[in-house]
Amino acid sequence: MQRHVIFAAGLLAAALTVAVVNGQSRAQTKATAPDAKAVIATYANIAQAAYGDALTTAQTLQRAVQALIDKPTPQTLDAARKAWLAARVPYQQTEVYRFGNKIVDDWEGRVNAWPLDEGLIDYVKGEYGAVSDENSLYAANVIANKTLTFGGRSIDASRITKTLLSKTLHEADGVEANVATGYHAIEFLLWGQDLNGTGPGAGNRPATDFNVAACTGGNCARRVQYLKVATALLIDDLRWMAAQWGQQGAARKALMEGPADKGLIAIFTGMGSLSYGELAGERMKLGLLLHDPEEEHDCFADNTHNSHYYDVIGIQNVYLGRYRRVDGTLIKGASLSDLVKAASGPTDARLRKALAHAVTQFQAIVKRAESGEAYDQMIAEGNTAGNKIVQNAIDALLMQTKDIERAIAALKLRPVQFEDSDSLSDPAKVLQ
Amino acid sequence: MGSYAQAALIAGGLLAGAAVVASGLGGNRIDARADQTDARGLAPGGAATSKGSVDNRNAFSHASATLSFAREFDFKIGNAIFRKLWVSSPASTRSSDGLGPLFNARSCQRCHLKDGRGHPPAAPWPKDNAVSLLLRLSIPPQSDAQRRALANGRIAVIPEPTYGTQLQDLAIQGHRAEGRVHITYTEREVRLAGGEIVRLRKPIVRITDLGYGPLHPRTMISVRVAPPMIGLGLLEAVPDAAILARADPDDSDGDGISGRPNRVRARRSGAMVLGRFGWKALEPDLVAQTAAAFSGDMGLSSALLPATAGGCTAAQKACLAAPHGASKGGAEVPESLFRLVVFYARNLAVPARRNANTPAVKRGRTLFHQVGCAACHTPSFTTGKDTPSPHLADQKIWPYTDLLLHDMGDGLADHRPEARASGREWRTPPLWGIGLTRTVSGHTFFLHDGRARNITEAILWHGGEAQASRDRFAKLSAKERAALLAFVNSL
Repeated sequence: MQRHVIFAAGLLAAALTVAVVNGQSRAQTKATAPDAKAVIATYANIAQAAYGDALTTAQTLQRAVQALIDKPTPQTLDAARKAWLAARVPYQQTEVYRFGNKIVDDWEGRVNAWPLDEGLIDYVKGEYGAVSDENSLYAANVIANKTLTFGGRSIDASRITKTLLSKTLHEADGVEANVATGYHAIEFLLWGQDLNGTGPGAGNRPATDFNVAACTGGNCARRVQYLKVATALLIDDLRWMAAQWGQQGAARKALMEGPADKGLIAIFTGMGSLSYGELAGERMKLGLLLHDPEEEHDCFADNTHNSHYYDVIGIQNVYLGRYRRVDGTLIKGASLSDLVKAASGPTDARLRKALAHAVTQFQAIVKRAESGEAYDQMIAEGNTAGNKIVQNAIDALLMQTKDIERAIAALKLRPVQFEDSDSLSDPAKVLQ
Repeated sequence: MGSYAQAALIAGGLLAGAAVVASGLGGNRIDARADQTDARGLAPGGAATSKGSVDNRNAFSHASATLSFAREFDFKIGNAIFRKLWVSSPASTRSSDGLGPLFNARSCQRCHLKDGRGHPPAAPWPKDNAVSLLLRLSIPPQSDAQRRALANGRIAVIPEPTYGTQLQDLAIQGHRAEGRVHITYTEREVRLAGGEIVRLRKPIVRITDLGYGPLHPRTMISVRVAPPMIGLGLLEAVPDAAILARADPDDSDGDGISGRPNRVRARRSGAMVLGRFGWKALEPDLVAQTAAAFSGDMGLSSALLPATAGGCTAAQKACLAAPHGASKGGAEVPESLFRLVVFYARNLAVPARRNANTPAVKRGRTLFHQVGCAACHTPSFTTGKDTPSPHLADQKIWPYTDLLLHDMGDGLADHRPEARASGREWRTPPLWGIGLTRTVSGHTFFLHDGRARNITEAILWHGGEAQASRDRFAKLSAKERAALLAFVNSL
């Protein structure tokens, strides 16, 4: 029977683990093929650099936040928003690491959880609804309330601390929409609610919301504190993850010390799962099906076009084995593309072309957004041209996933078993 | 090479021609066989067992490992719909409206927290909500016509005349909620071999803040905690014949255990079919279960249950007259979205077992069988070859349930029949994943109403057909009990 690669799509993470190579070492048969470990090292180097950039841009954001707090003006608020937008650029390029690496997937919810019930954090208006909902914390408004009641308990929220946000409130009551930390919590604090539906405009929080002396929106001291703590937590989390990709980091070692094909499978899993299920499916197709402005990833800032675009760039980065750092430096090394090319030149060419095509389609979304029509407007019901441009991008992702599968097949990679239990890889042994 | 290589799924995208977009279609072919060598159920879902982490709250949220990238797309969209907050009509987002007017939750995920097990409120309203459980309501038959309708299976229960078959404790703006769930407990002590004292709490349930007048005086109330979502597609794929083969309605083998199938009316065909899902096995398959949950829990119509007002009864006129979210000829949950949610529910994977090889767990497994737990908590089935989900077909699975109804005695009885299930009978719940309840859900509340605060209490509540096994458990030494619990927690 002919065997093909299987893709355990399902998941995220970790999914594929141990893999077996059919046949002889490629190095012997394909003189031009790079060593698989060198390819994996490039992948780890890009991760280290990109998480490092995410960290430094978050530190820049932290300085801008401090400037806003010191002197809350429209100018300092605008500078903080620009710093947040800049911080998203390297971070989104790391998302491709999430689905191939359990350590990233387990951590990701701390920094990039979405969507969120913003009423947990601060005041909300409009149709949001202040009445008690089945999520006790839906409109809890931590910034306004020093005591919160949920799960039959009273929670002392008088001091807004890292522990309160990350341990007590984040995913409180088991509700995933209770997002208290990460980029999107900070985004909401900087922009406020987007009350424009599928009409033009992002959130429009006034700078005076951070003015303790002449406060709008109430509780400015607590809002300032929340923003400071959430930003500091983001930096803690990014610093930790960047370190995991250092020379002695757990994420790098997990890939470098395992079988080479396991590492290659991890790279492909990240590319395929981000392309197909996560980005094309959950983040784009659903919003298009529903024409729902809530289905927008960076909704408060109207930054979704960039958020999606840099995801796609990240996918291309890990295949081509290169990453342009925030400071302009180019990280480059032995690439998956080289490896596939040695096995099948046409397969590599197809995949490179498909990745480039996807980038073009997402550039079109960016261009349209920069011309004044935000992503949530593009997916609005009746916006035929906008819908089309989003669908084109989705189609490009679906196509590129097929070429990713072809590349996996060309390398004859085949996942065979579970990672963390020899009892699973060899059940017979266990029964002895 | 391990036998899991045979569990490989051929990537649909390689073979199928056109891209499949949210259609529920796929080009997958299967190269998977039931793994008969996994004699301890280390991979309880067979090749579909989760490959995700089992040490954090997402342990129940991973997809069947046999999904292709293409089907992962459907799973992810299904997940997003599962957690999507529905809004009342009319709203600017026409695909997202239709909530209520009466409802228990705005989204699937709000009850099925982290795809795991619900819990009873920590305190009566307003100190806590009762979002991850609900109350089923009905009354005894009031006429011969009603008795006949029950007897011939045309209906499963007689609805409470005003409130229907379920208490919706929330409502959209401008409408009254039906009431609030109020639960208090009485406790008693049980003494186990070796002197350990266990306190069992029994719930006393009442409804406060009734929104539509008094309840019928003979109202029967059943508390139902949201069950975990894992492995449902695999349970659906167990052939009827394999379940029915274990039924012994008249206890003809004299082991004190009957095991009866529930028989329910299929909504579309009208045929009487095997009930399989729900605490009393009231729903035959995941399409029916999903439609019932959309309707009863969220007030959303689907093709199978087209009433736009969900749980509103004829006595709740304003509720029936409220604006709804269905476009003409359609349902509030369009078929495309509905199918994706069903696909998601079918493919939430069962986690791999943990610590399966410690001496205590091995000893506990033997005790589990010796005590008699396995008489109803049937360890293993093989899924059918012919199922709507080919990637779940022909897998040896380890759910630890027979999917049959058993008389569980007075202590657990809700005295509220549903179809063929009596007021003393419950469907054996699966045990797979039970050891991760605290990891995923942050608690260990078990049984239909969450009264048990740990597995020991849950076992001690077993009566009726399970009384003898429960008594044998109580007589085990403390060390043996710990071993048995270690085994259960390894599932």
